[in-house]
Amino acid sequence: MEIYTGKTISKGIAIGKLYFYAKDKQQVKRYRVEEPGKELERFEQAKGRAVQELNTLYEKAVREVGEVNAEIFQVHAMMLEDEDYNDSVQNMITAQKVNAEYAVASTGDNFAGMFAGMEDEYFRARAADIKDISERMIGILLERREDTGLPPVPSILAAEDLAPSETVQMDKEKLLGFVTRFGSGSSHTAILARTMGLPAIAGISVEKEWDGRMAALDGALGQLILDPDEKTMKELQERLAQDQDQKRLLAEWKGRETVTAGGRRIRLYANAGNMTDLVSVLENDAEGIGLFRSEFLYLESDHFPTEEEQFQAYKTAAENMAGKKLIIRTLDIGADKQAEYFGLEKEENPAMGYRAIRICLSQPELFKTQLRAIFRASAYGTVSVMYPMIISLEEVHRIREIVEEVKGELGAQDLPFGEVEQGIMIETPAAALISGELAREVDFFSIGTNDLTQYTLAIDRQNERLEQFCDPHHPALLRLIEMVIQNGHAAGCWVGICGELGADLELTEWFVRAGIDELSVSPSMILPLRKKISEAE
Amino acid sequence: MKEFQYTIKDEIGIHARPAGMLVQKAKQFSSRVMLECNGKKAEATKLMAIMSLGVKCGAQVKVTVEGPDEEAAAADLEGFFREHL
Repeated sequence: MEIYTGKTISKGIAIGKLYFYAKDKQQVKRYRVEEPGKELERFEQAKGRAVQELNTLYEKAVREVGEVNAEIFQVHAMMLEDEDYNDSVQNMITAQKVNAEYAVASTGDNFAGMFAGMEDEYFRARAADIKDISERMIGILLERREDTGLPPVPSILAAEDLAPSETVQMDKEKLLGFVTRFGSGSSHTAILARTMGLPAIAGISVEKEWDGRMAALDGALGQLILDPDEKTMKELQERLAQDQDQKRLLAEWKGRETVTAGGRRIRLYANAGNMTDLVSVLENDAEGIGLFRSEFLYLESDHFPTEEEQFQAYKTAAENMAGKKLIIRTLDIGADKQAEYFGLEKEENPAMGYRAIRICLSQPELFKTQLRAIFRASAYGTVSVMYPMIISLEEVHRIREIVEEVKGELGAQDLPFGEVEQGIMIETPAAALISGELAREVDFFSIGTNDLTQYTLAIDRQNERLEQFCDPHHPALLRLIEMVIQNGHAAGCWVGICGELGADLELTEWFVRAGIDELSVSPSMILPLRKKISEAE
Repeated sequence: MKEFQYTIKDEIGIHARPAGMLVQKAKQFSSRVMLECNGKKAEATKLMAIMSLGVKCGAQVKVTVEGPDEEAAAADLEGFFREHL
């Protein structure tokens, strides 16, 4: 087994025989012509044909990769019509009395060289487009254009370089993925590969001798593995199967409503732990964010994040969700999540210590900074807020007082804010037991099953030795959840789950029956869960 | 002669696609349209020349239009920049 590491062009896994795609660099000879007029005519004719080919290619690309990505071939055609390009070729033919191929080749080299010398990566990558059209023209002029050199069976293609046109021309049935020596992530070839869902990597010195060897390509890691051993092969095959399942789910379940077999709508939201999670939240078609863990702003910083820093992050998240619900959980730091500048003391029993809402209510200035940022962001989307680690009514009353202060201050400063739904997390047995009273004070409950489990069962979730004692479906836990749902509904609260248990497909049916209104899970679980919910009840 | 300034908002700058569209637009007018950025100039009907300016996001370009239909061309081009760049 040999492993080569390059850079990611397009993610995904391909397993199959390697096929070496040797593109003979078209040799262009320079010779003197007696009648430049004839050469000019040859050039014009070749150009006409090239434009025709590009139009055909454009149509194929529109079908396969969509109009936006296909437009590069229209741009290629326009490059061929470019005044400077044509002037250069024509001048060379008439002034130097050289053949059309040569004039096209050296003009192409000059223009490609100009782009290759540019500072910006995007513009540098355009050199590949010029080479692509140049090669096309030379091929036509030399009348040497036949087969595309495609593998006979589905293969991973290895090549020095691939032009955008070559990528689109290839039969997708025969192409599992490709690995090249040259090429950048911002080339059109890369964009096309990503759109076509073809795994691809670049930056690997491919060798002709590799032709026919068994290979695996891991796009995300940028790895090419030659003759993978049994263990590696098995791992990659499993991941490939997972990818394919996920793709099927995407195709089938994306864009659908989440409805139980009995016809009840369930809100299917995603948990997000930082800004980059927003991408997968949207990709996986979440209907909102049910848990936005704001503590990342504190953990990734070396100072208390300012109101402005927080506001920008919440606003971006709200705007990205474009009207879908964004539930921000206020600071949940302490226990296993520590930031040095908080100066928290080391505790004997941190899970039951100075954390989350306890910090916020002890240091109200800190809390108000965050609430101001959240309320200001609510002017840009549908923002809700929820408070972690609640155990008493007094806490909720105190929170409400602070919220009113914040709203008053924002109003006095003429800073806009919207309606912000107020909720609490039910993650302590105490909160579950008094959920009837709590429900009258808030708009919604979100059950945090991770902490609720550890507090109910008195099992430290970070102690692996306790695993044998931990029953995640313990009847005590399920009874508490049932009780919270009933108490919530009795007072007009909606009730959701944002802990890991929400994604437990074995419990989906039970949650639906118990009357759960919302499930918030990690983005990759959204579609499997939507499918499961549609079969429930 | 008419002229206007525009700050590029497109993430990649004046890249291949909008450059191609700009060329087509500029060719509709008989006025001569020039693009100026970072001290370099290019005629708006020349695709390679425009791209070789390497105009990035945030860069300011000056567009000058001179000819019989300069009034209409400048207004139309300004709209084009706003919409596509």
